[in-house]
Amino acid sequence: MCDVCGCGDPKLVPVDVHARLLEHNDHGAAHNREHFRRHSVVAINLMGSPGAGKTALLEATARRLRGFRQLTALAGDLATERDADRLRAAGIPSSAITTGQACHLDADMVHRALHHVEWPEADYLFIENVGNLVCPAIYDLGQEANVVALSVTEGEDKPLKYPVMFRHADLVVLTKTDLLPVLDFDWAALKDALARVIPAPRLIVVSARSGEGMGAWVEWLEERRVPLAAECVSEWGKEDLDA
Amino acid sequence: MHEYALIQALLRQVEKEAHAHNATAVHRLTVRIGPLAGVDRDLFVNAYLLSRPGTRCHDAELVLTTEEVDWRCAVCNAAIPLGGALVCPTCLFPARLAGGDAIVLERIELEVFSHV
Repeated sequence: MCDVCGCGDPKLVPVDVHARLLEHNDHGAAHNREHFRRHSVVAINLMGSPGAGKTALLEATARRLRGFRQLTALAGDLATERDADRLRAAGIPSSAITTGQACHLDADMVHRALHHVEWPEADYLFIENVGNLVCPAIYDLGQEANVVALSVTEGEDKPLKYPVMFRHADLVVLTKTDLLPVLDFDWAALKDALARVIPAPRLIVVSARSGEGMGAWVEWLEERRVPLAAECVSEWGKEDLDA
Repeated sequence: MHEYALIQALLRQVEKEAHAHNATAVHRLTVRIGPLAGVDRDLFVNAYLLSRPGTRCHDAELVLTTEEVDWRCAVCNAAIPLGGALVCPTCLFPARLAGGDAIVLERIELEVFSHV
């Protein structure tokens, strides 16, 4: 027995925890999602490898939706604000999230960045994640949907090599299709790869440069607004929406 | 390299549990990581070994367990074979992931003093 406080011998106590390691992030993501839905903002987590054409896709989206929808964006990058600068030049109010050494965005980073951009009045908030096909996949940011940009030059087998990333994709956008004439692109191989890692793969094929496929992309975005509006009606009442 | 961020989250959770139980030391942590969790197990262990000095886990053993990837039909719950399309061959309905993506702190062994 301890002479100081009278406690007994130390003993080992097993404690069952069963908690997700990402519990804190999940909590932050739920908080972000609540904010986005309350303001009827469709948040899109746009992921893909460096150079997949994420920024170019958003620039083309801004051209397509100018005067029709209000866009805003957060651009994650290890260093520089170049992507955010490009998006601002394209007319999208944007804030950069410079992560330093972090290879992904998390819910807290997104939350902090929201204080630096006028997002509540927007129709869409695009969160352009750090270019990386591994780490960003497992972090919920509070988005309404995950989109993975895959360029035609990256190879049809990318989904098989990075199954965790593609499994989280609500939509895969195949980019840079204006380059297809100079490539031996195997469509069957891509579709087979997607079917092996995503239960119900959805693929849209675009060229930000020529504008081909941008209509389908915008249509998909607009479809995301419908359930969100319905949810707002049921959760906060029609009066809140009309106010 | 998000494994380092995960280890920071792990150490925070362990600290919370240890504080709640008035523990004087942590002896063992058991973490379950599925193959579809997007976590490199070796990197995870290395990140733990590098991060634990100065924390309550400085001498604690890290035990990693795993779980099988388990895709199921969302309608009939039949197991979907791996390696092919993730669609139920009977119902033709998309599969749902029933297991294989866990990153879970299962158990901690704490050293506590029993008051007499």
